[in-house]
Order: sequence, then structure tokens, then C-alpha cells
Amino acid sequence: MLFSDVTLLFSDLKGLTPDIPLWLPKVMLDLYVVSIFYYYKFKIEHDESLNFTDLLWRVFATGLVATVLSLALWMLDFLLGSTKLSSNIFFIDVEYLVNLGLLISFLMAAFTCWKRLILYQKSKWLIRGWALFEFALLLVLLSANIQWFQQEWLLTLVSILTGLLALVLSANMKWVAYLNFRQKWTSLLLLLLSFFYLGYFFYTTNRFSEEIALQSDAFLEFRSHVFNIYLFSFVMLYSIFSFLVILFNLPTSSVFEQKLEEVVNFQRISQSVQTEQNEESVYEILLESSVSSVFADAAWLEIKGEHEQYRLQTHQISESDAKRIQEHLNGRNVKGVLDQSSDRTRNLSTHLASLKGTRFRSLMAFPVHVKGEKIGTLALLKELPDGFNKEMTQIVSAFANQAGISIENFRLLKEAIQNERYKEELKIAKTVQKSLLPNKLEAGQDFEIAAFSESADEVGGDYYDTLRITDHQVGLIIADVSGKGTTAAFHMSQMKGIFHSLAQQSLDPKDFMIRANQALRYCLERGSFISATYFVLDNKERKIHYSRAGHCPVLFYHADTRTAEYLVDKGAALGMVKGKDYCNYVEARCIDYKPGDVMVLFTDGITEAKDQKGEEFGLDLLRETMTEVVSKTPKEMQEHLIRKLYTYTGTEEIDDDYTTMIVKFRQ
Amino acid sequence: MVQIKRLQEDGADILAVVGEIDASSSIELDLAIAKSVGEGFKKILVDCSALEYISSAGLGVFMSYIEEFRDKGINMVMFGMKEKVINTFQILGLADLLHIRESKQDAKKLLHELSA
Repeated sequence: MLFSDVTLLFSDLKGLTPDIPLWLPKVMLDLYVVSIFYYYKFKIEHDESLNFTDLLWRVFATGLVATVLSLALWMLDFLLGSTKLSSNIFFIDVEYLVNLGLLISFLMAAFTCWKRLILYQKSKWLIRGWALFEFALLLVLLSANIQWFQQEWLLTLVSILTGLLALVLSANMKWVAYLNFRQKWTSLLLLLLSFFYLGYFFYTTNRFSEEIALQSDAFLEFRSHVFNIYLFSFVMLYSIFSFLVILFNLPTSSVFEQKLEEVVNFQRISQSVQTEQNEESVYEILLESSVSSVFADAAWLEIKGEHEQYRLQTHQISESDAKRIQEHLNGRNVKGVLDQSSDRTRNLSTHLASLKGTRFRSLMAFPVHVKGEKIGTLALLKELPDGFNKEMTQIVSAFANQAGISIENFRLLKEAIQNERYKEELKIAKTVQKSLLPNKLEAGQDFEIAAFSESADEVGGDYYDTLRITDHQVGLIIADVSGKGTTAAFHMSQMKGIFHSLAQQSLDPKDFMIRANQALRYCLERGSFISATYFVLDNKERKIHYSRAGHCPVLFYHADTRTAEYLVDKGAALGMVKGKDYCNYVEARCIDYKPGDVMVLFTDGITEAKDQKGEEFGLDLLRETMTEVVSKTPKEMQEHLIRKLYTYTGTEEIDDDYTTMIVKFRQ
Repeated sequence: MVQIKRLQEDGADILAVVGEIDASSSIELDLAIAKSVGEGFKKILVDCSALEYISSAGLGVFMSYIEEFRDKGINMVMFGMKEKVINTFQILGLADLLHIRESKQDAKKLLHELSA
């Protein structure tokens, strides 16, 4: 600005000191223009905080300051009256140049602001177009100083080009759409005032230059300065365009605002999951957004909760009124979304007319789906007849879908947390279950024993144990609790208690089962049972007494005949028969053993292990596998079996429990 | 997965069990039997000819009705089991507690005798 003053002073001198070259003021003016251009470029163009109205306000404010300064000058002129000074050509020239400077400053401010507005939504071609336009303007600015450019045809060409560019660029009015109703009015006012300033300056500068031209021939006129005219025209053009576009956009601005609000509402619904809100708030948002989007007078939302109960959430309507409308529609046998079976969006306006005592005349209903299942109905009401149109249907239907998705996500999240908790519980149960299995097995004088148990991720209910009863008697048990998870682990611990207390009493295996059944019958819930086989190995008699209660048959290898057989008998699992007559369903068995005999106890996880084709491992393959290695130690036999099992299933993952206990009688 | 079809014949309710019964599908079996009992049928036939597999949970369902049937005088006969399936019933000792026949005809005959 300081620089501009110097320029002005220099220019002032022209009338009085003819020895200064004629081109100097022009160059000075050009320098002034360029410096103002850069001044605003840095001040306005790079200020990110400005919004559209701020930009217009900038233009307006610059105009205001410029006008006030110009008016002050005029006041001074007026105060001086018809003194000599006021009619001095020199003084008038100063006035003129100050005005011109202010005008250029105002135009440049406007020019920079318009640039930001035009380039609001940039494209490659738009940026290029603008650059070309700026270049053309620069050319025009320079042309005033260089004689060669003054040729008629070139000037015409440049002006046509610049004019066309200005027109094309001025068509970029996208920013208008982003203004809300209030901002549009503000913008209109600001633009109108800017017009006024433009008009004022146009008039003032013209008046001055005419005045001076009358008095002096040497006066250098800037009226015909092409650049100024171009700049002025462009600023004017874009202002007019903006003004008209904003004016014509006023009636539709409410629609744009509504669309924007819809987008915001969408976001609210979809984000409600992340912000740890509950389902209720999703319903609340759905209700509110739908009502505000279609200007409904009332609404209700009927939702089937997680516990199959229907809940009614209302907006601007009492629950009893809502129920009355529902009953009315049901009474008239209206098939639509209101009956919970249909899932089509329906406009039920026509049916409301016949309901007396209600102010509503239109009703539109939407289903709300979660995972393809209908969980509720959203109904919107209006007091006007036929108050809903197709667009509204689409919007609300989109809202309802979004709400469904949010609720679904919400439930999934809840489920995931629940699952995490279950997993934690299962981990504990698994530790408990592991600790129930014995660390050390009772060794016998004439037999070796090895046991193995591996459970799937879920907690299984396999159990085995040994207990020395007397010097010559050892009790053995293998059991399988039906079901899985924590309850299975609990039943298993009950079984352990029963085994340890009953086995000590040196009961006959059949009595053991009868008492165990009695003890368990009220502990096991409906439909669950425990299969078990209890053995008493007696090394004095060299006999095995056993009783089988629904457990997998024992595989017995006779060393003398070199044959293996499954010991088949009858015996119902514990907990199957609650009454006293359980003794009819269980047997006492006895078998002699000889050195080298092998007894393989197992649970059904082993025989039911499946290969890739779904074929079960089965009893035959088990017998085959064990016969292969009967000469080995129980531990080695066990390892062989496990290896075989994993090769058979072809996976490291087991989906059931593998439990075996192998007893081998010594030579 | 399991599918249970119901149809009535000579005053008996026939439940045809198709597929596999594991822990999760055993609930459907339970519901189907409960429905039949709830509707007051005294004669129930279970067609197991299309039953491929039954887990302990499924067996538990049949087991859990034994006493209720006895108290209410309801007779249930199962028939058409595949060898693998009947083995599971036998190992567990359920075969002695339930009425199991090979053919539908035998099953009907037994049902008739039991009801008489």
C-alpha cells in the first residue's frame, strides 16, 4: 500500500514536470496493480478459515473502506468549497488517482475472492482455464505499455478470448448450493452493496477524469486503460451471475438443506453403534430422522425385543391412539406391514379416512429388518390426506434399512462380547476338568497301565480314574458325561466324588452302578446321562469283575488265542432309569485274565473320529490297530493309537474327546 | 441337520426323522415329541429309516420321555433303524428301555398290542 502511494505521488508529478517520460506513470500503475494482486493473493487466497459468506464479506468490507475513504476525500473537497485549491488541476488529479487506487484495490479483492469461489470445486480444466485467464489479463495489463500490442486485431483477439474465458469461468457457481437459506440472504445483501460500490466508483472516477480532461490535454487518462475495464467487467459479471443464481436458488435451498440433514441423520444412525449407545437410542434416532425428513406429524415404532415382546415407541402421538389406529386397520382387515407378517412398505392413507376422532389422514408404514427377519414396524402419520410421495417413501425406507443394519451390528457386538465371556468360562471349566483327571495311576503288581485324554476346544466330559481298594484289588473307571461345556465338567466332578466314595467300600461292580445311579438320578438334568464302566482288578483271583453302564464295550485281547474281542453285554447308562428297577438294566460280569492279556478302555470320541470323507474310525479299525502292537508296553500302544487317529482324521484339530486307558497284564 | 415330518395313521402319530441328530438339532426332536404329546396322542411311531446319525444328546431326548410316557400311558415304538444307529442305542442300554422294531408293520403290531 505504501508502494502504491509512492506510485501515486510519482504520477502526480507528470503534469508539472514534463521531463519525466510518459510511460512512467503507466508502469507505476501496473506495478501497483501487480502488488495489490499479490497482496490479496497472500491475504485471501491462502486463508483456509474463510467460508463463502466470509469471502463475500471481505469484498464488501474492502468496498466499504474504499468508499468511505473516497467519500472522505469528497467531503474534504466539499469543505474546501470553491477555493483555489479545489479547482487546481493538480489537486483534482491527486483525488482522481486516490480514487482509482481504491477502485483497483477493491476490484482486486473481489477478483481474488471470486477466484476462490470459482475454484471451489476444482477440475483440471478449470484450473487451466483460470491460469489462462490470469495470463490473458496480465497480457492486457502489459499491452497498455508496449506499442506493438496496441495493434487493433491483436487487441480484439485478446478481448474476445478474455471475454469468452470470463463467461465460461463465471458459470462455475457450485458454491451457491452449499449455502443455507440464511447465508443466501446474507450473500444477496453483500453482493447488492458491492454493486453499489462498483457503481459509485465508476461514477466518481469518470467524473474526475472528465473534469481533468477539460482542463488539461496532457492528462493521462486511465479510462481507456483496457485492463481496468476488463477487471471491472469481470468482477461485475461474476457478481451479477452470483446474485442471480443465489436469487433463483432461494426457493430450492430448503430442499438442499433437507438433503444435507438426511445425510447427517444417516450418519447418526450408522454411528450410533460405535458410540456405545443402546438399541433404544437407535430407535429414537430412526423415529426422529424419519419424522423430520418427511415432515410427518407423528410416528410410532413397534419393535419386537430380544425376548419376543412387542414394544411401542411413539412420537407426538399417545400410545392409546396408536393402538386405536392399529386396531382400526386390523378391524378393516387391511393387509399391509401393520400386521407383523407382511414385509412390504405400504401407504395406507385411504383407510384412515373412515376412522373417526383422529386428526391423521395419511399413514405410511415400513418394516424394519434385522438379518432378514422382520423385527418391527415404523409408521408415519400426517394430518393431510395423501401426504406422502414416492421420494419420501424411498428416504424413510433407506432410514429403516440403515437402522436395521445398525441394530444388527449392535446385536453382533453384544454377541461377540458374550462369546468372549463364554470362552473365558470355558477356559476355567477346562482347567477344572483337567485337574479332575488323576496325575498318577494306581500301579498293580501284575499289570501296567497307561491313560490318555485330550479334549476338543469345548470342554468335554470324559473321565477316568483308578483307586486301590485292598492289597489285591484295584478299582478302575472310565466314564463319559453326555453333553459338553461347563455342565459336563460339573457332572464329571460329581462322578469323581461318587467313584472315590463308592469304590472304597469294595462294592461289587453291579452294586457300584446301582448306587451310583441312585446318587446321580436327581443330580442330572432332564435328558443327560453318564455312561461308565467300572472294573475291579483282583490279582489274587486273577479275575476282572466289571459292570458296564452304557459305556463303549471293552476291547479285550486274549494272549493265548491271539484274538481280540469286544465284551458285549447289556447295561443302561447312569441316569437313564430313575427308579429302583435300574438293577434290571445292569449286569455284573467277570472275566479271567492271563499274562499278556490286554484291556483297552476308550470313549466314543475315538470310534466316532471321522476321516475327510466322513467315515468313522469304528470298532473294527480300533481292534486292528491295537492288535498290531499288543506286544508293546501300554504306553507305546497308546502312542501308536493316537498317531493312527491323527493320521486317520488328517487334522490336528479334534472335534471330540479322545480318551483311552490301556491295561496290560504282566507275564 | 434334521427334518422331522409328522403324519397320522390309524390314530397313531408318526414322526419321520430325516438326517442327523446332534446337540443342536436334538432340540427340534424334543419339540416334535413334546408337540405330539401335547396334542394328546397315545400312540407314537418314530420312523428312523432316514436317520443317519444320533449323538448322545439325541439319545438323551428319547431317554427323557421314558418316564413321562409311562406315567401318561403313552406308547412309543421306533422302527427302521440303520445298524449304526441301533448300535448306539444298544451300547447305551437304551434299546432295552425303548421299543424298537425293524419294520413299520412290526412296530404297528407292537403298538397295537401295547395299547390293548
